[in-house]
Amino acid sequence: MSGTMNIKLKVWRQAGPKAPGKFEEYTATEVSPESSFLEMLDVVNEKLVLEGKDPIAFDHDCREGICGMCGMMINGVAHGPSKLTTTCQLHMRSFKDGDSITLEPWRAKAFPVIRDLVVDRSPLDRIIQAGGFISVATGSPQDANALPISKMDADEAMDAAACIGCGACVAACPNASVSLFTAAKISHLGLLPQGQPERYRRALSMVAQMDLEGFGGCTLFGECMAACPKGISIDFIKRMNGDYIWGAITEKPEKVTLGSG
Amino acid sequence: MKLDSRIPSGPIAEKWDKHRFEMKLVNPANKRKYHVIVVGSGLAGASAAASMSELGYNVSCFAFQDSPRRAHSIAAQGGINGAKNYRNDGDSIQRLFYDTVKGGDFRAREANVYRLAQVSVDIIDQCVAQGVPFAREYGGLLANRSFGGAQVSRTFYARGQTGQQLLLGAYQALEKEIARGGVKMYNRHEMLELVTINGVARGIVTRDLITGKVEAHVADAVVLGTGGYGNVFYLSTNAQGCNATAIYRAYKKGAAFANPCYTQIHPTCIPVAGEHQSKLTLMSESLRNDGRVWVPKKREDVGRKPSEIPEEDRDYFLERKYPSYGNLAPRDISSRAAKEACDDGRGVGPGGRGVYLDFADSIKRLGAREIAERYGNLFEMYQRITDENPYEVPMRIYPASHYTMGGLWVDYNLMSTIPGLHVIGEANFSDHGANRLGASALMQGLADGYFVLPYTIGHYLASNQFEKVTTDHPEFRAAVEAVEQRTARLLGINGKRTADSFHRALGRIMWEQCGMARNETGLKQALREIPAVREEFWQNLTVPGTGDSLNQQLEKAGRVADFLEFGELMCLDALHREESCGGHFREEYQDAGEAKRNDDAFCYVAAWEYTGDTSAPVLNKEPLAFENVHLATRSYK
Ligand SMILES: Cc1cc2nc3c(=O)[nH]c(=O)nc-3n(C[C@H](O)[C@H](O)[C@H](O)COP(=O)(O)OP(=O)(O)OC[C@H]3O[C@@H](n4cnc5c(N)ncnc54)[C@H](O)[C@@H]3O)c2cc1C
Ligand code: SF4
Ligand code: FES
Repeated sequence: MSGTMNIKLKVWRQAGPKAPGKFEEYTATEVSPESSFLEMLDVVNEKLVLEGKDPIAFDHDCREGICGMCGMMINGVAHGPSKLTTTCQLHMRSFKDGDSITLEPWRAKAFPVIRDLVVDRSPLDRIIQAGGFISVATGSPQDANALPISKMDADEAMDAAACIGCGACVAACPNASVSLFTAAKISHLGLLPQGQPERYRRALSMVAQMDLEGFGGCTLFGECMAACPKGISIDFIKRMNGDYIWGAITEKPEKVTLGSG
Repeated sequence: MKLDSRIPSGPIAEKWDKHRFEMKLVNPANKRKYHVIVVGSGLAGASAAASMSELGYNVSCFAFQDSPRRAHSIAAQGGINGAKNYRNDGDSIQRLFYDTVKGGDFRAREANVYRLAQVSVDIIDQCVAQGVPFAREYGGLLANRSFGGAQVSRTFYARGQTGQQLLLGAYQALEKEIARGGVKMYNRHEMLELVTINGVARGIVTRDLITGKVEAHVADAVVLGTGGYGNVFYLSTNAQGCNATAIYRAYKKGAAFANPCYTQIHPTCIPVAGEHQSKLTLMSESLRNDGRVWVPKKREDVGRKPSEIPEEDRDYFLERKYPSYGNLAPRDISSRAAKEACDDGRGVGPGGRGVYLDFADSIKRLGAREIAERYGNLFEMYQRITDENPYEVPMRIYPASHYTMGGLWVDYNLMSTIPGLHVIGEANFSDHGANRLGASALMQGLADGYFVLPYTIGHYLASNQFEKVTTDHPEFRAAVEAVEQRTARLLGINGKRTADSFHRALGRIMWEQCGMARNETGLKQALREIPAVREEFWQNLTVPGTGDSLNQQLEKAGRVADFLEFGELMCLDALHREESCGGHFREEYQDAGEAKRNDDAFCYVAAWEYTGDTSAPVLNKEPLAFENVHLATRSYK
């Protein structure tokens, strides 16, 4: 175990959605390499509060990489330097004494800043509303083992379903496209037999909603996959595009209603 | 206060069917005229809101996170129980019922537990139909694993992310209903007050966490699915935002609080590493299927590398003490055994607060690949946090606050002592008695939300007349004003300590005196210390900023203020219960380390009633009758 570190922070501060923002500098002193990145920020905030200043606002909840609430640009990289790691799971041992770290919110037109590092990600919920579900009312299903699903399909569906909805893919994408997130849900459900009846119209409505929310188009840069803390594969985007095209050919237009259940 | 549990008459296996038939129904055309508020979008809240909306009710759902998908249920790892008996290993509804009653150390209500076991089967069907990608075998059928406190394999799982996948299923159902217009979702809203009119729950007051706006919402029934209060210990496996506020506010409005001292300390968490630590991370209990728990036999071996400690110098204490359950002994028992080993000076890692969870034998037996298949993501998570590779070095684990069996008292219909106020999921006290078995919380949350509440709420609505009220009603105005005043008060103290520092102080007291082991002296000391911390809080707190925009310090301060009162209630309950049962271990009542229940004096639910004086609640008792599982000393030896 090494000694403690001093870290210079440059943090985006913005009082509200319409307020102008700017960078401010802070020093985090005596940071233990064992502490997590957010615990480092907790200590900085505790000090700011005791000085009567506004602490840095950032979203977080589970602090174990699963709720998808945390997320910020750390030195220009969504969720920071460690691969497959959310901001809350990043540890200070990834940095060294004297490092400068710049913190910014997710930058995307569709994700307006609420305050400091907190952004509004409600478009992600609306994309799910557009069709990211299987319409099955409570109480109607058959026995769970009535329909065998090959382990391979179940595993691949699970790979896609692992998305935590953090929005890092959008923040990392030069076009601020939300394709990886959307494709993950379309693939999760489309890979399962239960998801087949709505498969193509799901793809059509979710893609339509994505455009409506003002996200950019996908040009398969792959930055999203590099930033994704859950390793969601860009192959799912190809799958989504396939489903979309097939849907556009085969689905009757009146069936494509937003959020129809 | 009269506690009427409304348990239907008749044989236990027929109670629920009979009750379902006897309950009143709401005419389909009338359902949309009823407005139901659901606070919480975890497994319990989301499944309830979606199911009630599907039935036609007009639902509003509230959560403090930015999306319903982020509720703390998302973090559950290991799995969900269901009495499917797909393994043909002797499972049945009766056995799940029996295991749960016994696991809860005979402090749960039989009728509720039986119903839970019955609907567990439907839950698995429902989730699979929603597209929950449970683990499967090569033949395409569902896979199972076993969990602590059970000798059958009845746990369904989705890698180490079962809670995530179940919650996404419920969340997607909820979003479907939001899109359809059946549910109005209020994200980033915190409930700060329950509103009752003539003693009946008629709405809530919330604060919009973005704009700071305090708003009143009227309804015909209110449902709380706001989760557990494990964060009263400050360090816990819960998410940072988990709190007692909603249920504690309801308690202050007259809802009885049942068994607050029943808290679960989970045996397999990553030990504390540093002073600024903000949370403890759970390592799923499923790891105990293949990991062996040990400490060195000799104190002088504590500092040695585990690989250098020969087999004969290791104490596999769970296997030694509980040969038939071994490493799968229930949580309360395993946690206490780990604490004892550490108290004995044989704990490993920083501060001597840790025991090994060793996979070497399983890796030898099954191969590293199979272990990776089963636990890969948990191993990665461990390594990310500790920088140690569990394929090579045994994990270090230590118990941490994880789950709370106590909660608002509810009857068989899941209604609290306030008519119209229903409580579901971890927020109620209902099914786990003094100790919850692994993989049973997810089951209970979904049972309540999908399969119980949608029926019982209909009965409540159909059986009562509702006077039309608006937010102009004096009770609503008073509640809004109370919330505004409290916010102003928190902002106006201008002292010198942060909300977090008070929370840490409370957490230390609770963990020391009301944690894994409790005794009269310690509890009495806590009961002196907590009011002192609380008093200082209201004089020396500092909250920067204002109340009219996002202010995370203000949110935190409000939650800590409630914990500072609630902690006292917990200690009072722990002090009054002069026996050891489940997670409540009173050092004075034991047989050589094993918990000693006192069924003659304490076979009841303790339901505390607020009197206006935080330190002097009134105790009400609901006697528990065991007609189907006979009261016996719980043994896992
Ligand atoms: C790390 C971990 C692992 C676990 N693993 C398992 C497992 O493998 N198997 C198992 O069966 N159980 C497990 N559990 C337990 C289980 O996850 C929980 O008991 C269960 O998910 C609780 O669900 P819930 O719906 O009652 O509450 P939660 O999921 O906690 O949801 C609470 C909801 O209430 C809202 N809320 C709270 N307060 C307010 C307020 N004042 N105003 C507005 N909204 C509010 C929140 O926003 C949230 O939406 C685990 C728990 C933890 C901590
Ligand atoms: S695809 Fe990855 S980066 Fe995008 S929201 Fe999901 S988890 Fe986050
Ligand atoms: S805080 Fe939940 S994923 Fe980071």
